[in-house]
Amino acid sequence: MSTLTIDKAGPTRKVKYGSMSRDRAWALRWSYFFLVLFAIFFLTPPLYMLITSLKSSAEISAATNPWWVFHPTLSNYVELLTSNQFLRFFWNSSIVAIVVVVITMLISIPAAFALARMKFWGSATLATGVFLTYLIPDSLLFIPLFKMLAVIQDVTGITLLNRWYVLLFIYPTLTVPFCTWIMIGYFASIPKELDEAALIDGASWLQTLTRIFIPVALPGLIAATIFAFTVSWAQFLYPLVFTTSVDQLVLPVGITTTLIKGDVFNWGQIMTGALLGAAPPLIIYAFLMDYYIAGLTAGATKG
Amino acid sequence: MADVSLRKVVKRYDDVEAVRGIDLDISDHEFIVLVGPSGCGKSTTLRMIAGLEDISDGDIMIGGDIVNDVPPKDRDIAMVFQNYALYPHMTVAENMSFGLRLKHYPKAEIKARVTEAARLLDITDLVDRKPKQLSGGQRQRVAMGRAIVRNPKVFLFDEPLSNLDAKLRVQMRIEIKKVHQKVRTTTVYVTHDQVEAMTLADRVVVMNRGRIEQIGTPNELYHKPATRFVAGFIGSPAMNFIPCRLEDVGGSLQIRLTDRIAFALPAARAARYNALPRTDKLLLGLRPEHLTESHAHHGPGIESFDTVLDVTEPMGMETLVYFGLDGTPVCGRVDPNAGATDGAPMRLAMDLNNMHLLNEETGVVL
Repeated sequence: MSTLTIDKAGPTRKVKYGSMSRDRAWALRWSYFFLVLFAIFFLTPPLYMLITSLKSSAEISAATNPWWVFHPTLSNYVELLTSNQFLRFFWNSSIVAIVVVVITMLISIPAAFALARMKFWGSATLATGVFLTYLIPDSLLFIPLFKMLAVIQDVTGITLLNRWYVLLFIYPTLTVPFCTWIMIGYFASIPKELDEAALIDGASWLQTLTRIFIPVALPGLIAATIFAFTVSWAQFLYPLVFTTSVDQLVLPVGITTTLIKGDVFNWGQIMTGALLGAAPPLIIYAFLMDYYIAGLTAGATKG
Repeated sequence: MADVSLRKVVKRYDDVEAVRGIDLDISDHEFIVLVGPSGCGKSTTLRMIAGLEDISDGDIMIGGDIVNDVPPKDRDIAMVFQNYALYPHMTVAENMSFGLRLKHYPKAEIKARVTEAARLLDITDLVDRKPKQLSGGQRQRVAMGRAIVRNPKVFLFDEPLSNLDAKLRVQMRIEIKKVHQKVRTTTVYVTHDQVEAMTLADRVVVMNRGRIEQIGTPNELYHKPATRFVAGFIGSPAMNFIPCRLEDVGGSLQIRLTDRIAFALPAARAARYNALPRTDKLLLGLRPEHLTESHAHHGPGIESFDTVLDVTEPMGMETLVYFGLDGTPVCGRVDPNAGATDGAPMRLAMDLNNMHLLNEETGVVL
């Protein structure tokens, strides 16, 4: 045992105090440093796409500075936006994404409500199971899925393969599990007394869902919607496998298959198509972010 | 409005019995408070009346009809929750009218009822606000308003004041009492706070471990507790329990507390306790207000003794004194000017006319 000596005289040297404002300034400097680093890292590719999309094919292949446009032209945009083929891809993508979002919400919201609130036998296991299905990568699933659809097509006689609408059945296998999982989390965070109050007020389960849960969990719903839309819009593997005819293609597959002919890459149009394809999700984010108000549940209960 | 009856109501969770056979008759217009420590089954009982919990056994009747299997919305009840449970996306008026709108009441009537309830609760200025713009007390008023507009047969309150600070709680307590005096709806109110129970109730139901210990008016419970649990639960500071035994000395009955302290019982008490076996282990139950400073002249049944105080707590209108009797901690209430000081000797008086005698083993008040 060592003896502890306490210096009753206190520190002889003047204590050097820190400064809260100086600490904060340094924290901010580091934050900005890394934010700028990440911004550069992630914004360079789109910038390069934009620069390239404004060049003619001749300028792209010329040995000039690739980061500068010497003879800007909108010809790539004009060609794509007047091409029926490209508009067809755009149209297919839009229809697929919108319908998939609607289907996903129609399945996920009631499923999440049931799993979060109606405590039935096996509901917890089922909720975990829903999430686990999301963890299986689509690169493992597409062959059995293809086989399944081929069988269904043979049995029913309804043409499914190589039709854009087959994607309406396939994309929800990606979106529904994840959206259900997010919604379960949001619904579970709503205090139980809220649905009990609604129950006593005379609401049915459906009314509790539509008039209490959906409005209260709106931020979560919007997050799920954005996710479902992005997944459907950007999905590449499934449409590549399930659709082949040019008029059935969606945007990501359409751009790569029609603008790359053999070993000839039409870079200007590829970049233009990619930029135009990235626009709708961006616009939707910007629009929905306004509604993405956190703290909507504040005031429901004490807190 | 209606009476509520519980007949041998039992609630089991797997192998745990939360409520173990409760019989309770609540008459029309009555304000009943269920009180007890956490886990005593009071909230479960309330939730069974509401229909939010199934009952495992027994019957619940509202207005004479058995409602065991009737869903909450058809029981014609309204409930106020501890955490208010207001709908966050609706205004105060929308919150209050939600139930009526679901039942498709005419718009004019909804408006009239909401206006009337808002006036009653003094929240007329708040009807267009959202819950998050309200303070805790205001939210609790809205929650009550939501119950009142429905004009139900029964009001159920589940610890409605527990989330409020002490001052607001006293204010809202009076508010609830006023509202009940105006609307006269049968009310079942759950709390763990015995002061709330005493001040609000027509009758208090004291619960412990899933059973009813005693039902009575606040004064009955305070002055004539049936069990040690009730005697100790009701009243603050709690009743003192001092181990004692009965002795016959020269033809009269006396109570012995310690080797040196023994008092002759007042005649009425002696007659009451005379038949008890002298061998029983007994407890003297005495409320702190019946342990005061000794005066030169005192009436019959008031006995003085000397002790040394451990701790004193000046409360302003009185001073609480703590001391030990053979190791048993005892609390008394003396006049602030009686000169009680920490660690000092003091002469105190016991009012044996207000004593209780309990069987130590069974906990029954004799």
